[in-house]
Amino acid sequence: MSGHPDPTQTFLEEAADLLNQLEEALLGLEQSPDDRELIDTAFRALHTIKGSGAMFGFDRMANFTHHLENAFERVRKGELPASTPLIGVALAAKDHIRALLESPDSVDPAVDREVLASVAALVGSPAPVAAKSVAPVSAPVPTIWRIRFRLPADALVRGTNPLLLLDEMRSLGPCTVVPLTEAVPPLAEMDPTACYLGWEVILTTDQGKSAIEDVFIFVIDEIELKIEPATSEDAKLGEILVCRGDAAIEAVEAAAAQQRKLGTVLLQDGQLSADGLRGALAEQKHVRKDAEAGKAAAQSASSIRVPAERLDSLMDQVGELVIAEARLKQLVGASHDPLIKAIAEEIERLANGLRDTTMGIRMLPIGSLFSRFRRLVRDLSNETAKDVGLSMAGEETELDKTVIERLNDPLVHIIRNSLDHGIEDAASRVQAGKPAQGRVHLSAVHSGAQVLITVKDDGKGLDRDRIRAKAEEQGLIAPGAKLTDSELFQFIFHPGFSTAKQVTNLSGRGVGMDVVKRAVTALRGTIEVASEAGQGTTITLALPLTLAIIDGLLVRVGKGRYVIPLSAVEECVELSAAEDLRHSGRNFLNIRNELVPFMRLRECFHSTQKADPYQKVVVVSSGERRIGLVVDQVIGDHQTVIKSLSKLHSDADSFSGATILGDGTVALILDVGHLVATSQANEQRRQAS
Amino acid sequence: MPKTILSVDDSASMRQMVKLTLSGAGYHVIEAADGCEALARAGDGISMVLTDLNMPNMDGLTLIRELRKLPAYRGVPIIFLTTESDAAKKNAAKEAGATAWIVKPFQQDQLLGVVRKVLGS
Repeated sequence: MSGHPDPTQTFLEEAADLLNQLEEALLGLEQSPDDRELIDTAFRALHTIKGSGAMFGFDRMANFTHHLENAFERVRKGELPASTPLIGVALAAKDHIRALLESPDSVDPAVDREVLASVAALVGSPAPVAAKSVAPVSAPVPTIWRIRFRLPADALVRGTNPLLLLDEMRSLGPCTVVPLTEAVPPLAEMDPTACYLGWEVILTTDQGKSAIEDVFIFVIDEIELKIEPATSEDAKLGEILVCRGDAAIEAVEAAAAQQRKLGTVLLQDGQLSADGLRGALAEQKHVRKDAEAGKAAAQSASSIRVPAERLDSLMDQVGELVIAEARLKQLVGASHDPLIKAIAEEIERLANGLRDTTMGIRMLPIGSLFSRFRRLVRDLSNETAKDVGLSMAGEETELDKTVIERLNDPLVHIIRNSLDHGIEDAASRVQAGKPAQGRVHLSAVHSGAQVLITVKDDGKGLDRDRIRAKAEEQGLIAPGAKLTDSELFQFIFHPGFSTAKQVTNLSGRGVGMDVVKRAVTALRGTIEVASEAGQGTTITLALPLTLAIIDGLLVRVGKGRYVIPLSAVEECVELSAAEDLRHSGRNFLNIRNELVPFMRLRECFHSTQKADPYQKVVVVSSGERRIGLVVDQVIGDHQTVIKSLSKLHSDADSFSGATILGDGTVALILDVGHLVATSQANEQRRQAS
Repeated sequence: MPKTILSVDDSASMRQMVKLTLSGAGYHVIEAADGCEALARAGDGISMVLTDLNMPNMDGLTLIRELRKLPAYRGVPIIFLTTESDAAKKNAAKEAGATAWIVKPFQQDQLLGVVRKVLGS
C-alpha cells in the first residue's frame, strides 16, 4: 500500500482547508448574517468534517462537530439566526475542532462539554421535527431560453425603450441578441418614429421563466412574446430550425438530401427566412459556447494536492538545471558546431519554460494569508475594546509560497501594533473628528519584480519628536541633525528602540519592530514607514516575487564578477575618463540634467587592479532613491539561482547571496538596498564634515 | 475487463478511501467532486454510482434524478454513502431510484460487501 497516498493524511489536509473555509464563512456571516451561500458553506464544511472524520477514526471530533452541524442545519432552515454570539461560539468551536484533529489526546474533554454547553445555550432545545419533511432544495441549474419579441410599431413613440428590455435580460445572465430585420421597409417608405425591429435573445439563466416574463411585465399586453427553452448543445442546424418552427420538417429533410449547406438551400428555396436562419445559427453558437464554458469550468476546478517538500525539491532541481544550462551555453559559445548550438538553444528554451512553470506552481494568492488577519483583527478589537474594521485589496496578488509563509509573523506584529497603539479608542477618535470605527487596510500590488504590501491605519500616527528625542538620547543621531521623516521613522526598526516605554505608537509587545525588519530583510525585502500625525501610519513592505531565481545583470569589478538584480537596474551609462577625472572630487553624475550620486565599487571592494579606461555606471534604484554603481564591465544578463551565504559571511551585508556562473565560478549578488543606504550615509557624512 | 464505478463525494479523503477499497478488489473507480461533475463524467460503461448526499453545486438527490433521466442509466445501481439516516431523506432517495443507502461511517468490508452483492459477482 506504500505507493498509495494515505487517505487519513488527505483527510487532515482537507479538514484544515475546510476549517479555513468555515472560518471565512463565519467571519463573512458576521457582516451579512443572511447570506445563504455563506450559511451553506459553513454547514457543508461542518458536515464534511464530521462525515469524513468519523470514517477515519476521529470519533470524538466527529461527535463534537455533529452538535455544531445541527445548530447550522437549523440556521440553514431559517429556524435560527446567524447571530453574533452564535458566530463567536462557532469560531471557538472551530479552534477546538482543529485541536481535536491535531492532538486529540491532549485536549481536555471538559472543553468539549464547555463549548457544547455554550452552543446548546444559544440554540436552545432542538425544535420539534416538523411532521412533513421538507424537500431538499436543489441548487438552481442554469437553463438556456430562446426569447423572441416584437414591439408594436408605435412603441417608441409611446416611450418604450427596447434597449432597456435587452439590458434587463443581460442582467439575468449571458445572452446573445439577434435583431430581426425583415420587417424593415426600404428607406423611402420608412417612418423614422416607428419600430420595425424584432429581437431574438438566447439567454442562459438560473432564474427561471418567470424572471424573464417579469422583464416584459410593463409591455406584456402590446408585445408579441415567445419564451421557449432552447435546443440542446448537440442539435444539428436542421433540428434547431424545425424545433424553432422556422422551417418545416419536410423542407429540412429535402434540403438535407441535397448534400449542400442546409441554410443556403432553404434560404434559396424560400423555405426559411434570413432572420430565422440568423437566429438559429446564433442559438446554436450560444448553446455550444455555454456547454464548452461549463466543461472548461469543470476541468479547471480539478486540481491535485502535492506535498510542499516535493515542490521545494523540484525548485532546487530546476535551479541546478539552470546552472548546468548556463555552463552549456558558455561551452557552446566557443564551439562552431551549428548542430550543438541548435540543441543548446532548444535546451535553454525548455529550461526557461520549466523554470517559469515551476515558479508559477509555487505562487499562491496572498489572500490566503490576508484572510487569517480578519480573525486577528476581530479578536484584537475585542481584546482592546476598540471597534476596528479591516479592509483588503489585491488579495489575488500572487507571491512565492515561502515568502507568504514567512510574512505571517511580521504582518501579525505590524497589525497588532496598529491596533494596540495606533488606533485610538472610540471616544478620542470622535473627539479628533474621525469616525468612531478605526480602519486597518491591507493591500498588495505588483510593482515590477516586486510585490508591495501595505498596512495602513487611520490612527494617531507616529510621534516624530519623541522618536527624535529617543534617537538622540541613544546616540543614533547627532542633536539637531537634519533627517527626513522616512529616515527618522526607520529608527523604530532599530534594535532596542522598541523596548522603550510607549515611545511611539509602534512600541512593541515582546518582539520589537527590529524583528519585523530582520524577517523582511531575510526575504530580500525592504520596509518603509510613512506617517502623518493624527492621520495614521502606512507601512509598506516591498518583497521580491520569488526567493529562488532572479534575472540579474552580471558585471565585472577588477577580477571579480557580481550580479545586480535586474529589477533594481534602471540604466547603464558610460563614465568616460574625462568625466571620471572631472568628478573625482564630488561623486555626482549628471544624467539628463539630474544629479545622481555614484559609488565606485572598486573602492568599496578594495580592488587593486588597474581600472579599465572606460568604466560603466549602472544606475540602480531602491525605493525612491537612485545611485550609480561604477563597474569595469557590464557583461550581460544572467539567470541567477540564488544561493544563500553561509553563517560565516552573515556580516557581509553588501551582498544578499551568491550564485554559480556557467564556468563554475562564484559571483556575489549585490544588495542594492544596502548599497543605496550606505551611499546616502556617506553623502551625509561628507556634508556634515 | 474490470467494472467501472463512479464515486461522487466532495470530500477528497472519502473518494480516496472508496477508491482504495474498490480498486483493491479489482474495480476501476472514476471520481467526481459534486453532482455537476458527476453528470459530466457519466458516460457509457459505468456499472455503478456511489454518491454522497450533501454536496456543493448539485446534491446527490438532484444527481440521481438527472441520471435516471438518461436512458443509459435506467438500470445502473446508484448507492448513497452519507452520514444522514433520516427516514424522509431515505424515502426521497428511494423514490428517486436509489438502490441502496450506506450510512457513514462504515467499514471497508461493509462497502465492498454491498458493492459485490449489488453487482452480483
